[in-house]
Amino acid sequence: MRRIVVPSLFFLALLGIWGIAAGSGRWSPVLFPSPWSVAEYLWGALLDGTLVEAIFVTMKRLLAGYAIGLLIGLPLGLVTSSSQMLEDTVGALALGLQTLPSVCWVPLALLWFGQTEGAMLFVVVMGTVWSVIIATDHGARTIPPIYARAARTMGSRGLHLWTRVMLPASLPFLVSGMKQGWAFAWRSLMAAEIYVTILTGFGLGQLLHYGRELQAMDQVIGAMAMIVLIGSLADRILFSPWERFLHRRWGTNVE
Amino acid sequence: MNMAEAQRQGVTPEHVSGASSKLIVESVSKWFRTPRATVHALDGISMQVAAGEVVCLVGPSGCGKSTLLDIIAGLTKPDSGHVLADGQLVTGPGRQRLVVFQEPSLFPWLDVFGNVMFGLKLCPELTNGERREIAHRFLGLVGLEKFKRVHVHELSGGMKQRVALARALAADPQVLLMDEPFGALDAMTREHLYDDVQRIWRDSGKTIVFVTHNMREAVCLGDRVLLMSQAPGKIIQAFDIPLPRPRSIYDVELVGHAARIADALRGTVGGGVPE
Repeated sequence: MRRIVVPSLFFLALLGIWGIAAGSGRWSPVLFPSPWSVAEYLWGALLDGTLVEAIFVTMKRLLAGYAIGLLIGLPLGLVTSSSQMLEDTVGALALGLQTLPSVCWVPLALLWFGQTEGAMLFVVVMGTVWSVIIATDHGARTIPPIYARAARTMGSRGLHLWTRVMLPASLPFLVSGMKQGWAFAWRSLMAAEIYVTILTGFGLGQLLHYGRELQAMDQVIGAMAMIVLIGSLADRILFSPWERFLHRRWGTNVE
Repeated sequence: MNMAEAQRQGVTPEHVSGASSKLIVESVSKWFRTPRATVHALDGISMQVAAGEVVCLVGPSGCGKSTLLDIIAGLTKPDSGHVLADGQLVTGPGRQRLVVFQEPSLFPWLDVFGNVMFGLKLCPELTNGERREIAHRFLGLVGLEKFKRVHVHELSGGMKQRVALARALAADPQVLLMDEPFGALDAMTREHLYDDVQRIWRDSGKTIVFVTHNMREAVCLGDRVLLMSQAPGKIIQAFDIPLPRPRSIYDVELVGHAARIADALRGTVGGGVPE
């Protein structure tokens, strides 16, 4: 109960301070809108369908890019963890490219793919895949070798060893790799949506971008609030159940 | 002269039939190569274990006793020599020789029952009903039937090793290899487990090779105790333990045997090999 009341009071207080500051008239309402005008904008955008449309477009892009990133990243991470040669080559490449902020892929994507969905997808995959490789590789390396040894003495080998022992043993690391990938995919997509201005779909990042173009500050802040909300909801819905399951089974504190 | 030596005289070293022995280790040597040095871990180890016998390997730490157990299990390949189990050359791990490790080796993604079932599911000759029945029976044998739905991390160290023991026994191996299984446990828990192991051995008649650095543990459990030297590991002395079972770790005679082995070990660490 206390864990609900205290945070609620905290966020209400923040809104209150914002409301008072905006209402004081010290700053232009064009640059510093009140919480009510942002809420009004969001309500309007919800009613006319802009918001739902933008969320839908964004999620579609995100899931496609994320799925591709996982499909490439998870197996590569598992493989680099078991081969020194691949670690020195693919692993080093991943480590290097992971330091590149995903927005830096945008110029290249624009020149290669133009103002298309392909450019967007490319940026998201590039932003996701390296961090997934690194997180998975790191995780798989810390699987205690004792599990494989014990299983082999009991007659487990080949496919059975991989599916019944190595895969479940690496679950906590796969989940942390997937979570890492999700965070990176989300950031990359927002960068891509702000810079790749295309007409095939109007996502949340573009809502933000055009808010700036139109000097509509309520739209800018409203879009930012939606991005924060979706980001944290996704974390709760997609990863928390997994983490709780692993926490119960492994007895580790993952929360 | 002990029983093993008597057996050894019956067979020529070059031609081992293995009819009377469950396990035969023939001049096994092992080197570990690291980028900086080569460590000679085992030097020409030969030993035999009769069916239903409990043999304890003791020695100073780093003498290669765990490596020897790994080689018997088939998890490590020897650089020279070989191991025969029931007259068959050991080329890899197999469920006829199950290992109870010192480190916790239970799978955290399975509950206690699932862990015991893991090995049983790899026995194709059993039906599912039989597997469940066997798993229940062996959990009962180690006194943990009530904990079958508990997650591994919720068990104490002693309970974990009991489950590991049940998991190994359930698959009905010919040979049980125990690698300092109770090394990380407190003294009170260990003493309980000595009783468990002796009871299980009495009821099942398994052949057991037990690695430890604890002399009293070795004397409490072993029919024979083989003393190994520091690296490169060699078997330098064999001790018969003719005490009646079940044995108590506090038995005066048992302590006397343990002291004798400890003295012999001190002699080797000091440099000379006592006769």
